[in-house]
Amino acid sequence: MFESLQSRLGGIFDKLTKRGSLSESDVSEAMREVRVALLEADVALSVVKDFVKKAKEKAIGEEVLKGINPGQMVIKIVHDCMVEMLGSDDTAINLKAVPPVAILMVGLQGAGKTTTSAKIGLMLKKKERKKVLLASLDVYRPAAQQQLEVLAKQAELNSLPIVFGEQPVAIAKRAMVEARKGGYDVVILDTAGRLHIDEKLMDEVAQVRDVANPAETLLVTDAMTGQDSVNVAKEFNDKIGITGIALTRVDGDARGGAALSMKEVTGAPIKVMGVGEKINELEAFHADRVAGRILGM
Amino acid sequence: FTKRKLDDEALEELEDLLITSDMGIATASKIVQGIAKSRFGKDISSEELKAALADEIVPILEPVTKPLNVQTGRKPHVVLVCGVNGSGKTTTIGKLAKIYSDQGLKVMLAAGDTFRAAAVEQLKVWGERTNVPVIAKETGADAAALAYDAVVQAQADGCDVLLIDTAGRLQNKAHLMDELEKVVRVIKKVDETAPHDTVLVLDSTVGQNAHSQVETFDKIVNVTGLIVTKLDGTAKGGVTVSLAERFGKPVHAIGVGETAEDLRPFEARSFANALVGLDD
Ligand SMILES: Nc1nc2c(ncn2[C@@H]2O[C@H](COP(=O)(O)OP(=O)(O)OP(=O)(O)O)[C@@H](O)[C@H]2O)c(=O)[nH]1
Ligand SMILES: Nc1nc2c(ncn2[C@@H]2O[C@H](COP(=O)(O)OP(=O)(O)OP(=O)(O)O)[C@@H](O)[C@H]2O)c(=O)[nH]1
Ligand SMILES: [K+]
Ligand SMILES: [Mg+2]
Ligand SMILES: [Mg+2]
Repeated sequence: MFESLQSRLGGIFDKLTKRGSLSESDVSEAMREVRVALLEADVALSVVKDFVKKAKEKAIGEEVLKGINPGQMVIKIVHDCMVEMLGSDDTAINLKAVPPVAILMVGLQGAGKTTTSAKIGLMLKKKERKKVLLASLDVYRPAAQQQLEVLAKQAELNSLPIVFGEQPVAIAKRAMVEARKGGYDVVILDTAGRLHIDEKLMDEVAQVRDVANPAETLLVTDAMTGQDSVNVAKEFNDKIGITGIALTRVDGDARGGAALSMKEVTGAPIKVMGVGEKINELEAFHADRVAGRILGM
Repeated sequence: FTKRKLDDEALEELEDLLITSDMGIATASKIVQGIAKSRFGKDISSEELKAALADEIVPILEPVTKPLNVQTGRKPHVVLVCGVNGSGKTTTIGKLAKIYSDQGLKVMLAAGDTFRAAAVEQLKVWGERTNVPVIAKETGADAAALAYDAVVQAQADGCDVLLIDTAGRLQNKAHLMDELEKVVRVIKKVDETAPHDTVLVLDSTVGQNAHSQVETFDKIVNVTGLIVTKLDGTAKGGVTVSLAERFGKPVHAIGVGETAEDLRPFEARSFANALVGLDD
């Protein structure tokens, strides 16, 4: 279904024989193909437009490097531009605060919050030797609290005991109190999935944030997300403030353009990638890998 | 409404609208060209334009509009529900259970997700909510064996419909797709006409990967229809239109929330109107 960018651009530049620098008309034609490739990869349209403009400015007048053809040159420029936009220097989970440090997990329904909560907990325990408490604030989805409890057991982490009928803000308070008492370094607060336009639930999670004062508020996003990614990211960022993005289901075959869209809209770095259903299937974010994928390389 | 001339710029705006619905460029430009043919250069209001767009979309969706009906003679009519992780399978089963029980049908659920943490408990809650029995084993049990037992049990109990949940799986994972294929194979050992429906649940926030999902699930388990969830958000689910064009799979219903009442029949006109931003 999807043609690789290489073969698309190859067609355009095959017609060119002369070498030298990239002309405006060559670049414009190439950028039409880049636009199509990005849209097929689910980069949001507004972000595609900005990206193409930026890449075009960079490409016009560039000397074609020795040993490569003009098509490859454009791909290189586009790829570099993509890596630059996707990447960031601070992809580590921020734990620079007085312990217990709270990490708040938010996002749409089914994005992977609960699974990623357990994954991050396990990673912090193993790699950073942190004492981690997991707490589920999801009182809505059937068996959500149980799900986190089971995952905590798998990761050999403690989870906050479930108190039937307790509401999210109260659970967050109790989690912080218990974490202080228990000498925990980190508390991961898993929240219920919610729509960015659900005012009541967005208010609720803002209250949770105010109670827990998290060092990280991670927006968990499915790598398969389409054009709606910009709406979701913008609303979550405006209403609760996002400090990072956790990209899930990177083990699928989606091109993952939502990563670029969300990074652009929030300015928040992509911090981790989920690459499977098991709790050890979490990786650090690699901008070059994701860039290559979005471009279909 | 102020009218404006339908020029290239206006057409590009229309195409952008469709692209941001996740329709995909090919279908979006085809639809816009359809409008350009009959109306290019004419003065037209934005409401008229949206209506014209919807008019182009409706004929694509109408042929795939088909409810998920239970054939009561089958005892049970077996519905296998599959899809990628987190798309809304288990919740949709809860909603279907409610609809069918309200119709007076005898319903049974099978907790075929024997993998994910608390998936069994989740479906059991839906069973309680809708007052419908749930066949389940412990997490880690063989999903195909569970499905087999469930069909046998549903037959013995004279159920009208059996809804089988499955674990979420990404379509590019061959071993998980093999496992799903095995579930179907084993169900056929009890009733070779089953499953009578194999429903793929799609999350409306999904982008172009939906094509790969339909293609692969269909190849492995012969998808008979789609249900599109989470349309209560801002995602328009425009990929449904290009899926209809390419695969022609029936679209049964749409999910519009998290409660048992939040499943609606799929309707071409209202879907198209919502997609282009027209009030119904
Ligand atoms: N393949 C794959 N599956 C994942 C990944 N992360 C989560 N999942 C699966 O996605 C599904 C949903 O994950 P959850 O963690 O329950 O998602 P959630 O955001 O907590 O869902 P809600 O609480 O209902 O909003 C489950 O089937 C998980 O196993 C991932 O990185 N890869
Ligand atoms: N807003 C909204 N949420 C929905 C809808 N359908 C399902 N959900 C939510 O989406 C999340 C995932 O739903 P599930 O039914 O657990 O999805 P699943 O496909 O069974 O997930 P796995 O079994 O983990 O693959 C839950 O939080 C549901 O409440 C819908 O139509 N609208
Ligand atoms: K919607
Ligand atoms: Mg959850
Ligand atoms: Mg499920």
